[in-house]
Amino acid sequence: MTEAQPILSISNLQTRFATRYGLVTAVDGVSLDVMPGECVGVVGESGSGKSVTFASVMGLIKPPGWIDGGSIKFEGQELVGMSERSYRSLRGKYIAMTMQDALTALNPALTVGFQIMEVLLAHDSQISGSARNRIREARARVIEMMMLVRIPSPETRLNDYPHQFSGGMRQRMMIAIALACRPKLLIADEPTTALDVTIQAQVLELITDIRQTLGMSVILITHDLGVVAEYCDRVAVMYAGQVIESGPTKSVIGQPSHPYTQGLLRSIPNLANLDKRIRPIEGQVPELIDLTPGCRFIGRCDVREVACTQRVEMRNIGQGRTVRCIQPKGNVQ
Amino acid sequence: MNFGKLIERLAQLIPVLLGVMVIVFFMMALTPGDPVDIMIGEQPISAEQEANLRHDMGLDLPPVERFIKFLGNAVTGNFGLSFFHRRPVIDVIAERLPATIELSLVSIILAILTSIPLGVLAAVKKNTIFDRVSTVGSLFGVSLPGFWFGILLLMLFAVHLRILPVSGRIGYAYEVDAVTHLLLIDSLIAGRLDTFANALSHLFLPALTLGLPMAAILMRVTRTSMLEVMSQDYIIFAEAKGISRTRILIRHALKNALIPTVTVAALETGSLLGGNMIVETVFGWPGLGRLVVESIFVHNYPLVQAAVLFYAVTYVFLNFFADILYTVLNPRVKL
Ligand SMILES: Nc1ncnc2c1ncn2[C@@H]1O[C@H](COP(=O)(O)OP(=O)(O)OP(=O)(O)O)[C@@H](O)[C@H]1O
Ligand SMILES: [Mg+2]
Repeated sequence: MTEAQPILSISNLQTRFATRYGLVTAVDGVSLDVMPGECVGVVGESGSGKSVTFASVMGLIKPPGWIDGGSIKFEGQELVGMSERSYRSLRGKYIAMTMQDALTALNPALTVGFQIMEVLLAHDSQISGSARNRIREARARVIEMMMLVRIPSPETRLNDYPHQFSGGMRQRMMIAIALACRPKLLIADEPTTALDVTIQAQVLELITDIRQTLGMSVILITHDLGVVAEYCDRVAVMYAGQVIESGPTKSVIGQPSHPYTQGLLRSIPNLANLDKRIRPIEGQVPELIDLTPGCRFIGRCDVREVACTQRVEMRNIGQGRTVRCIQPKGNVQ
Repeated sequence: MNFGKLIERLAQLIPVLLGVMVIVFFMMALTPGDPVDIMIGEQPISAEQEANLRHDMGLDLPPVERFIKFLGNAVTGNFGLSFFHRRPVIDVIAERLPATIELSLVSIILAILTSIPLGVLAAVKKNTIFDRVSTVGSLFGVSLPGFWFGILLLMLFAVHLRILPVSGRIGYAYEVDAVTHLLLIDSLIAGRLDTFANALSHLFLPALTLGLPMAAILMRVTRTSMLEVMSQDYIIFAEAKGISRTRILIRHALKNALIPTVTVAALETGSLLGGNMIVETVFGWPGLGRLVVESIFVHNYPLVQAAVLFYAVTYVFLNFFADILYTVLNPRVKL
C-alpha cells in the first residue's frame, strides 16, 4: 500500500504584517498536513494566528501583510507566489472557506440566492448553454444546495437578503456557498462560535454529513476543545503564531504533552467532573511584535528552564504526534 | 415596497410644502422696497393712478389677507400676473423652464457619469498619483466659486480661443420645431445634427461650471465609501469564492458604496438648482434662474414666489426620490 499524499501541506509558513507599532509576525513557522477525507481541528486562543494562517492558504493576505516564507502545497501544487488568475480558479472550486462571522461575510445588498449562484456560474463547467439556460440550471442547483443545508422553502427564500435570516441560517447559507462547487477542502473558520449550543451541533453535524458524502477534507478552526474532541480526526494547537502541538485528537486530548495544551484542558469545565475547579492559565499571550527567539509560552509556563530561551523546534514524539517543547514528557501530570 | 407606505410618505410632504409657502411669501413681503415705486420710476403719475395700480397688483390688502389669497390661488396653480410681463406667472415660468431643465439635466448626468467611475478608480488606486491628483482636483472643484470659474472658462474658450459661444442657448440660424423644448432632443427629432452640435457648444461651458462642484463632491463620497466597503468581510468572502476582481468591484462593492452617494447626489442636486441662478446669469442662459435673479431686483413678487415655490417642491421631491432609491439599493432599509 502506497502512502496517501496530503491534500494540503503547509510547511514553515511565515506571515507578517507591517503595522504602525512594528512588524507583527502573525504566523511563525506553521507546518500542517491534511489528508484526503480528514477533519483537522485547529485550536488556540484569540489572536493566535488561526485565521491568518488559513487566509494565507486562500491567498487572501493583502498589504500591509505578506507571506514571508514557507510553502503551501495543495495536491502537490505550490500556492505561495501563484498568480492571482490561477488562484482564482482554485478558490471556491477546490478550496472553499467559510468566515468567522456570517453576518458580515454575506453581502447585505445581494440576495442569498444570487450569492450562491455566483460561485456556481464562476466555476461549474457543467452549467453551460445560453445565458438563460445557465441561470435556470444554476437556480436549480442553488435550491438543491439550500435544501442540503436545510433551509426551509428554498424556492422562495433564495430571493431574501441575508438580514432576513436567523444567525444559524446565515451560517448555513455561508456553508452552502462554500460547498456549492463540491470543493476538496473546506476551511471552516469558527463556524459555530456565534451560535447557541443546539444550532452549533446542527451545523457541525451538517458539515460532518457533507464531508462524508462528498469525501472532502475539513479544517475546523475553533476555540472549543469539546468540538475538536467530537468531530476531528487530528488536532493542531496554536499559540502566538506557532503550532505548539499536533497529533491524533484522542491521543492529544488524552495525554497532552505541551504545558499550554495541558493548561488549556484544565481550563475547560468538565461536566463529568463538576466539583473539580477549573484553572485558567495565568498570564497573557505575548505581543506578536519583536518576539524573542525562545519559547512563546515561557512567561506562563510552570516548568520552564534556561534552555527555553533558545529557539525551540517542533519535535516528533511518535504516534504521529509533534510538540514544540524541550521536555515534553517530563511534565505530564 | 408597498403602495400604502408610498402614499403615506407623500402625504407627509404637505406640511413641509405649506411651511415653504409661508417662508416664501413673507420673505418677499418683508424685503424693503416697493414694486409699485420701482414700476413707476420717474414717470409723472397721479395719486389715483398709483392707487389703482396698487389695487390691480393686489398690494392694497394687508399681508395676512394677501397670504391667504396667495395660498388659495397657488393650490389651483394660479400665481397671478407677473408685474412686469403682464402675463400669468405660470406662462412666463413655463417658457423659461425647459432651458433650465436642459442645463441642469446635462450637468447632473455629466457629474454623475464622471464622478462615480473616477471615485471608484481613486479608491482602487488608493495613494497612487492618480488618487492624489484627483483629490486635489476635487478640492478645487468644491471650492472654486461658480461665477469666477465660469468667467474664467468664458475668457479662455469664448474670448481667447474663440471656439465656443459667449452666451445664449442656440444660434439664430439653428431653430427647430419645439417638441420637448429640450434643444438636444428636439434637434435629433428634427434630424438636424448641426443644431444639435450648436446647442451642445452653447451648453458645454455652463454645464461644466454648474456640474463641477457636484462632480467633485460625489467623487469624494464615492471614493470614501468605496474604500470603506472594500475592507468589509463580504468583499474578502467574495474573493474567497473565486470571483473576478471586476465583478467584485461592480456587483459586490459598488452597490453598497453607492448608498451614501445617492443621498449626497440628491442634496447636491438641490444646491445645483441654486447654482443655476449664478451660472445662467454669467452665461446669459435664458432659463428660470436668470429670470428669478432679474425678478428679485425689480420686486416682481408673484414671479419670485412661484419660482421659489417651484424650487422648493423640486427639492422636496428629489429627497423623496432619493429615499426610494435608497431602499432599492439597501434592502435593510424599509420605506
Ligand atoms: N490586517 C492585519 N494587520 C495587522 N495585524 C493583523 C492583521 N490581521 C491579523 N493581524 C494580527 O495577526 C494576529 C492573528 O490574528 P488572527 O485573526 O489569525 O487570530 P485568530 O487566531 O483567528 O483569533 P480569533 O480566535 O479571535 O479569530 C493578531 O495578533 C492580529 O493582530
Ligand atoms: Mg480568527
